[in-house]
Amino acid sequence: MDVKDIIKEENLVYSKSKVLTDTIMHYCPGCTHGVVHKVIAEVIEELGIQDKTIGVSPVGCAVFAYNYLDIDWQEAAHGRAPALATAINRLYPDKYVFTYQGDGDLASIGTAEIIHACNRGENIVVIFINNGIYGMTGGQMAPTTLIDMPTSTTPYGRKVDLNGYPLKITDLVAQLPGTCFVTRHSAHTPAAVRKLKKAVTKAFQNTRRKKGVSFIEVVSTCNSGWKLSPVESNNWMVEHMFPYYPLGDMKDE
Amino acid sequence: MAKIRGAIVVDVERCKGCSLCVVACPSSVIALAKEVNGKGYNYAYMVNPDACTGCVNCAIVCPDTVISVYKVKADAVA
Amino acid sequence: MAELKLMKGNEAIAEAAIRCGCDGYFGYPITPQSEIMETLMARQPWDETGMVVLQAESEVASINMVYGGAACGKRAMTSSSSPGISLMQEGITYIAGSELPCLIVNVVRGGPGLGTIQPAQSDYFQAVKGGGHGDYKLIVLAPASVQEMYDFVDLAFELAFKYRNPAMILSDGVIGQMMEKVQIGDYKPRLTDEEVVKRYGSWATTGKPSTRERNIITSLDLDANSQELFNLKLLKKYAEIEKNEIRFEEISCTDAEYLLVAYGSSSRICQKTVDLAREKGIKVGLLRPITLYPYPYGAIQKLVPQLKGILAVEMSAGQMVEDVRLAVNGKVPVLHYGRMGGVIPTPNEVLKVLEDKLIKG
Repeated sequence: MDVKDIIKEENLVYSKSKVLTDTIMHYCPGCTHGVVHKVIAEVIEELGIQDKTIGVSPVGCAVFAYNYLDIDWQEAAHGRAPALATAINRLYPDKYVFTYQGDGDLASIGTAEIIHACNRGENIVVIFINNGIYGMTGGQMAPTTLIDMPTSTTPYGRKVDLNGYPLKITDLVAQLPGTCFVTRHSAHTPAAVRKLKKAVTKAFQNTRRKKGVSFIEVVSTCNSGWKLSPVESNNWMVEHMFPYYPLGDMKDE
Repeated sequence: MAKIRGAIVVDVERCKGCSLCVVACPSSVIALAKEVNGKGYNYAYMVNPDACTGCVNCAIVCPDTVISVYKVKADAVA
Repeated sequence: MAELKLMKGNEAIAEAAIRCGCDGYFGYPITPQSEIMETLMARQPWDETGMVVLQAESEVASINMVYGGAACGKRAMTSSSSPGISLMQEGITYIAGSELPCLIVNVVRGGPGLGTIQPAQSDYFQAVKGGGHGDYKLIVLAPASVQEMYDFVDLAFELAFKYRNPAMILSDGVIGQMMEKVQIGDYKPRLTDEEVVKRYGSWATTGKPSTRERNIITSLDLDANSQELFNLKLLKKYAEIEKNEIRFEEISCTDAEYLLVAYGSSSRICQKTVDLAREKGIKVGLLRPITLYPYPYGAIQKLVPQLKGILAVEMSAGQMVEDVRLAVNGKVPVLHYGRMGGVIPTPNEVLKVLEDKLIKG
């Protein structure tokens, strides 16, 4: 059978979600952000909540997330997305609100905002991208940077005596009664992406059921910051990130 | 048992040649082209189209969502 | 139906918020304005009007909640006092840069730093000259009575929405804490999303229906030329505000040879000084700016030909006096008199400075 006979409208089994815009993403080749954006877009489309969803984008590489998902967006100051989301949730209790935050945004400058939004049990979804580095500003140390991991501000690797320990903030928020679903995923294999999509779907369903904060960490790569190829980055992530940030549900109530 | 045949269409100009689809494909269907697109990326293409089963793994891991997947039972169009 | 009530200035802010259709208040306690949130929490307006009241974890969070609420097209507000307002500057510049309407109430106390909890007017620069980074302006209203604390809440929201610009009520510990009778207005219903669209346009993030493009609230533009175009757009808006919204009060200015310029609680003190001076035959008037941005430069300029000198009175080291000098442009002497650190000047003190420094000096 010729390829031409297969490529027909009626045989289409996978194509771009309508919730994704046609704008070409600014992310580096192989960046995990693109996969996570796609997953969120597909879930919003499948749940039919495009007209009820408001996203809050962060400062960091995902600052332009609003260019890629065809929903209403608010662009927050660095770390403050959970405060914006809190207000949206309080003023629009029947809408779907999510923040999309990186590790610098959520686990460093915005620690107070995320902890307290989680502790209040705001009815929101938090997507937390943890790649252990500051991508947008050129590869500096993040709160989640692994011990001995080199970055541009830890050129000899992160040292505990100088920089302290990598922050497992997801473990912290799992302790808070305001969170209902706390889970850690990745997006480096088809199976991982499928699992992630299930988690994101559950998170938005939790919003519908007004269960509180659903918090999804996605252990991610930053191949530019890590100075590895996209494929090598995935391998490095499996070898080094997963032991410290093990995948799986921490809480599902 | 009917044979499953698949095919992918890569939006060449949007592909950044990250190669994640290449390693995600269980049937070694995809490779990066020697040629580059308008942005200078070696884009993904079906080097071995006959092996494609339309499993969509490549499309799922593609960060730029440039891959559409088609799938058909081979005997249905024989 | 209008009714008269004896209220604290801070309580008047809270009551006005509920009655003017405010959708959400987000704040953090700080002296001398904590009664605003306390009054709101005691009134439980969520049962009455649906207004949301939330105690945030910090002023940083408060102002960003206001940002989130304002971006939904809602009447969102916060209040604080000087150190808390400093913490909010980041959020305020984002709100201004995203062209969002909101209300920030500053019940000013003495600084710098932790300073004092006593009243001061030392946040004038912060309120009218920027405060946060970037070229932006707040609409700044300066109430001089508890009635104005009440009235300016709705006025501030109206102006904020008219121009899609944050507005500030710059009060101080005197006005916040003192009690006066207030004429309370009727309830204005909170606007529905549809009414907001009809009145102010469709810019808010309410969830994207299929009938419109997605709305994005952001202050980011990495392209230098288009960022400059945005800056120019803001300047045009500020020019409109300067043209339309200047508010001030003149007391005994018709025949005045000397002019006091003072706002807020200082203007009340100066009003008494005018009486004392007039009893002594000194022809003194008072110009009270009600809007500090836009500032009534023109009103001062108009009086300059008849004046021998101007005394600006503020509870600060001399901040608003710079705007008076800008208006006067060297044509008559302009002096400043101020007390700091929470000390409130007396009418006689001001009179003495007027006589000794301005008239004899």
